[in-house]
Amino acid sequence: MTTDPAITGLSGTIIHDEIVPARAPWLHHVAKGQTLRVVDVEGNQAVDFLIYSAADDVERYSAQDTVAAQGNLFLKTGSVLLSNEGRPMMTITDTSVEYHDTIGGACSCESNTLRYGHHTKAQHACVENFLEANLTEGRGKRDMVPNINFFMNVPVEEDGSLGIVDGISAPGLTVDLRAEMDVIVVVSNCPQINNPCNAFNPTPVRMIVTA
Amino acid sequence: MTTNLADPMAARDHARAMAGTRADAMPVLPPAADDLPEGVSANDLVWEEMIAAGGYATRRLSRGSRLRLIDLEGDACASLLIYNADMPTERLNVADTVKVQWNAYLGENKLLLSDMGRVLMSILYDEAGTHDTFCGTSNAATNEAKYGEGRNSGAFPNGRDRFLLGSAKHGLQRRDVHPCVNLFKGTRIEKDGTITPQIGPFDSGRSMILRAEMDVIVVIANCPHVMDPRDEYAVTRLRATAWRGPVTPQDDAARNASPEGLRAFENVEDYYRR
Repeated sequence: MTTDPAITGLSGTIIHDEIVPARAPWLHHVAKGQTLRVVDVEGNQAVDFLIYSAADDVERYSAQDTVAAQGNLFLKTGSVLLSNEGRPMMTITDTSVEYHDTIGGACSCESNTLRYGHHTKAQHACVENFLEANLTEGRGKRDMVPNINFFMNVPVEEDGSLGIVDGISAPGLTVDLRAEMDVIVVVSNCPQINNPCNAFNPTPVRMIVTA
Repeated sequence: MTTNLADPMAARDHARAMAGTRADAMPVLPPAADDLPEGVSANDLVWEEMIAAGGYATRRLSRGSRLRLIDLEGDACASLLIYNADMPTERLNVADTVKVQWNAYLGENKLLLSDMGRVLMSILYDEAGTHDTFCGTSNAATNEAKYGEGRNSGAFPNGRDRFLLGSAKHGLQRRDVHPCVNLFKGTRIEKDGTITPQIGPFDSGRSMILRAEMDVIVVIANCPHVMDPRDEYAVTRLRATAWRGPVTPQDDAARNASPEGLRAFENVEDYYRR
């Protein structure tokens, strides 16, 4: 019998285990107390991540509330992900990557035209994924807010410069999140091919939920 | 029975006698200002209001309008939301604002970008230099924890609830109230990601001028910054003045400040190509 390194350290029973293809959206309900593990299967893949309260989806992840409460931009083991009403939604209980980004937001067809040129308008983007997944549950454009970028490295330099630095992730690295309320997790497995956040090559990620 | 109630018209007379009262926070109607920049006609003035400490204000501004904000007494915090007035599902996107310009610190010639790849407003003039794109505003929970209460109807109203009221007056809902930028109160980011607030209080009278690049709805909440280290609910009045102005010309400095920003202007010019 071989041991799967992707499930090392997870406790409880695996109730969901899914590969999200490169560039695809993913939506899943995670109950309070359950843990979601995100696995960067091939490394250097950005995982754009939104959270909504299952009981009231107007309550959703707030990057600004989260970083203000912890006084730091980087999401690390122990970071509590707060809602726009200041309540804990999920906690990062463990991660094998030093820190994750929550200020860079998601790529969109529209913002891509600004960053890379009008020729990128036709490319698939994270906001398309978020909309596609959210629309299945009645949420739309008004429900889009800045998200977490797991496995992404966005430091802020002294002069305010904010680049995207080559990933600090590697194949098989993980982040574990415990749900602090019943939540809806919406993911865009980022399709970006114009910057190093995906090593210019989107790859699959794996989502494992334990209870 | 009081005298007031003995005479059914006494309430009316009392109410009418209050008209013309000056308060330290109020709108001026019709708008008047004796300190408009040179070349700005008093006829083009569209808004003059002193926003209360802990208060909020909202306004629809036409494309080309200038909005001047003055931190009158040195301790204002102008938390700002912006919507496209014709289609409020398009709104300020703070993440795109910092990401697209490759820089998170606001100042002269920086743009406030929408989630549709367009520029909502640009910063024409800034003598403050202390602004914040990271921390958002306070909410009922943070004010409750810090000041003992945070209700709209209480003594320590919070920024999010102020935004909810201001946005609601344009028919908008809880799901429309998004991340904001904070003007006049700043943050600096340390190497390890630590957020260092720049709270002041600062010299009184610092001002900035923004230009509407689309027809916009602005909602401004003037509540203490959420990382204000002081125990007391410390905030002072904010003055807002707006006047009509020309649409941005092709050779404008803010328009041409960066190739990314130029494309945001090209997108907005395309949107108004009707």
